[in-house]
Amino acid sequence: MSTQHTPRRSLGSWLLIAAPFLWLLIFFLAPFFMVFKISLSEIAIAIPPYLPTFDLDGGWAALVDDLKSLSIENYLWLTEDDLYWKSYLSSVQIALISTLLTLLIGYPLAYGMARSPKAWRPTLLMLVILPFWTSFLIRVYAWVGILKNEGLLNQLLLWLGVIDEPLVIMNTNAAVFIGIVYSYLPFLVLPLYATLEKLDESLLEAAQDLGCPPWKTFWTITVPLSIPGVVAGCFLVFIPAVGEFVIPDLLGGSNTLMIGKTLWVEFFSNRDWPVSSAVAVILLLILVIPIVLFQNHQQKLSERA
Amino acid sequence: MKGPSWFNVTSMVFGFTFLYLPILLLVIFSFNESRLVTVWGGFSTKWYVELLENDQLLAAAWVTAKVAFISASIATVFGTMAAIVLARAGRFWGRSMFSGMIFAPLVMPEVILGLSLLLLFVAIDQSRGFWTVIIAHTTFAMCYVAVVVQSRLVGFDRSIEEAAEDLGCPPLKTFFLITLPIILPGVVAGWMLAFTLSLDDLVIASFTTGPGATTLPMKIYSQVRLGVTPEINAACTVLIAVVTGGVIAASIATKRRQSQHEADEFAAAG
Repeated sequence: MSTQHTPRRSLGSWLLIAAPFLWLLIFFLAPFFMVFKISLSEIAIAIPPYLPTFDLDGGWAALVDDLKSLSIENYLWLTEDDLYWKSYLSSVQIALISTLLTLLIGYPLAYGMARSPKAWRPTLLMLVILPFWTSFLIRVYAWVGILKNEGLLNQLLLWLGVIDEPLVIMNTNAAVFIGIVYSYLPFLVLPLYATLEKLDESLLEAAQDLGCPPWKTFWTITVPLSIPGVVAGCFLVFIPAVGEFVIPDLLGGSNTLMIGKTLWVEFFSNRDWPVSSAVAVILLLILVIPIVLFQNHQQKLSERA
Repeated sequence: MKGPSWFNVTSMVFGFTFLYLPILLLVIFSFNESRLVTVWGGFSTKWYVELLENDQLLAAAWVTAKVAFISASIATVFGTMAAIVLARAGRFWGRSMFSGMIFAPLVMPEVILGLSLLLLFVAIDQSRGFWTVIIAHTTFAMCYVAVVVQSRLVGFDRSIEEAAEDLGCPPLKTFFLITLPIILPGVVAGWMLAFTLSLDDLVIASFTTGPGATTLPMKIYSQVRLGVTPEINAACTVLIAVVTGGVIAASIATKRRQSQHEADEFAAAG
């Protein structure tokens, strides 16, 4: 904004702020308190399946009793059963490896797009965005037919004579990596492309005129200047990938541990709402740091612009 | 500058092949005669015919379309309001919380969003179904709309608005006569994004839905778990065709509008 005057607010502009603010308070923020509360409850055979349920008709004394019966038992349970911490650890690990792989494929793609003739760029950009509009579920499903033992990839490799017997990719972590890289590639390419495209080409020309070889120009000028885009893109892949459910469920195997899947099973199969709430609270705590870092990063970028 | 180097071309060809080949194969095999999805048995459209006779799938598709339409429309209204607040309102109490609540849902794992909303609905004794899915989808989609519209509001020439206000135009009228037409491409893009996000969502809908409101992704998911079938390939192909058609039509429409707009400005200036 050019003029930073304190705006005098009319009733209308208060309403403008209040409507979306209230919606998000009720349907985004308040639910987190519910998750937290229920993570301190006990599982029960009832509807809803947890105790205590707050009943405001019982008056203050009843409410205090209810509060007293809250416990951290579910959290202790998460530390006792090693399924949970192993799931957290392997989620972070899978997300990290996938983010690196996405960067490995996404960087050359974004770089190639940014260096291509100006007339091509809108079309290339459109080509990156288009898969993003296609259903996530469908894109993951498409890989099932390719990766399974009798799938298209194995048929091709057998036909070419590269392998003698089918590779087992489906239901392994490798399939999960492929799924994540594939699904999140546009998230990394878009911010990276935006940074690379804005890069001042006269810097590169100056370096070349002074006799700097292309690979050195790339490492000493292009890469450092593209770091903000790399960081933004990596966060956009890493954070949602940690909590991913569909990809490990459809492509991963029984020994692919990811916390999103553990939470899903806990909730839908075991119907243990309190434990799945505790799982969600811890997942949120793990993700708070990268989310805050990401927001600060975005804020800095928008201030610089 | 010289033309694109072989390295750049190779990396782009590789990248785009990776992005498009799986979808292409899925579409091709939806026309497969054989029930074995990965063995080609000749061209046939029989899976599409079977699709039309699958009442359950069609019912789910209809529910999904209604949910996506309503939630995208509400999300566009709230998201546009939020974008204006972010871009224009300056400082107010709770501003950083406000922007935090806009950006957090963009990266928040869906399992958390779904579970937390479900627990809220249970706590307030709201029976789950069609409308709870709409509320859930509106909540996360409005954040995407806000981001898309906000980018349109940045770099917006405010002098026209100020001129209108100086001439005594009331704020609401200024918005509808001046601001909205200028940011309309962003609002339309936001609506479409919200619509496809809702169309696509499996996780949040699974948590927040109830009896009688099974969405298409939920239906597809339950069948996909049993294995790949040509019928699902056909359903996916139809969805892809609808979305791709919509996106291309919209981008052509906005391009035409834009060039029209530029031509008008040029004529006015000349």
